[in-house]
Amino acid sequence: MSRDWPLWEVFIRSRRGLSHIHAGSVHAPDAHMALRNARDLYTRRQEGVSIWVVPSSAITASSPDEKDPFFAPAADKAYRHPTFYDIPSEVQNL
Amino acid sequence: MITRPAVTGYALQLGDDALIMAQRLGEWVSYAPELEEDVALGNIALDLLGQARALLSYAGEAEGRGRTEDDLAYFRDEREFTNLQIVELARGDFAEEMARQLAFSGYQFELYQRLQGSRDETLAAVAAKAVKEVAYHRDHATQWTLRLGDGTQESHRRMQAGLTRIWPYVDEMFRQDPLGEALAGDGLAVDASELRPAWTQYVAAVLREATLAWPETPAAPGGGRQGRHTEQMGYLLAEMQYLARCHPGARW
Repeated sequence: MSRDWPLWEVFIRSRRGLSHIHAGSVHAPDAHMALRNARDLYTRRQEGVSIWVVPSSAITASSPDEKDPFFAPAADKAYRHPTFYDIPSEVQNL
Repeated sequence: MITRPAVTGYALQLGDDALIMAQRLGEWVSYAPELEEDVALGNIALDLLGQARALLSYAGEAEGRGRTEDDLAYFRDEREFTNLQIVELARGDFAEEMARQLAFSGYQFELYQRLQGSRDETLAAVAAKAVKEVAYHRDHATQWTLRLGDGTQESHRRMQAGLTRIWPYVDEMFRQDPLGEALAGDGLAVDASELRPAWTQYVAAVLREATLAWPETPAAPGGGRQGRHTEQMGYLLAEMQYLARCHPGARW
């Protein structure tokens, strides 16, 4: 039966104001059941207030082979980091 | 004047239903068609076990003889259990389990919904917490009934067969019970016979949408509330009570 059930990626929002974060994946015959399975697997300890499920097949992922062209060029561009500003000590959350 | 023995007996009835159903559902773990269903059925079993603990603890308290939830769960014999027979039936295939879940969680839903208004504060509180849990159990069974009933030829056949095997035990859920009836008169309990119309309406709509026929099976004799059980009950108790009886006072 396993081979018939597609895989779904599960995203959980832990509380209002935060974004959905990838929690893992489940097998389910359709989207409705995937939501229920995700609820059973990933929100047993009050981890969430909202769940998204997405067919795993709908995700296009970057390939490990493309690691260098994708990510390496950012390594020596320190000026992209906001580390050259003096932050007044009164500013709490920045 | 309502005596505490009546409350004890009523809490035992509902507690035994939840306990025995939890034990049966626990058997599914590692046997369900998918890992995800192992978890789903295990979760439902744990919800029911939680209800059973609250109800059996309360029964012990109301009885006033110092019996704990464990004493009541592990050291009573078959004839002292007052659960409905539908929960003790041996595990069939997955479709049959969904038929039982649809019937039983539908019954629990209607019951707890009304019991929230009980004048007994403990029963009302247990019901208020449990009704949210069983609403999910009922939805889980509904989703599967729809998919199996309106799925393939084989899934339809097995779902229909599951309903046919479970339906003889439906009638017992709604039989008037002297205990429930007396307590209902005082606003403490729910008269089970009043639950049937709402239950029938919900279940009939699900079966219709799932292209399944309402089984026309004669009712089984029943008698669970009086301590009369099917032959499968003894095996269930043997497994459930074995450890506690062999090692009294054993702790996790």
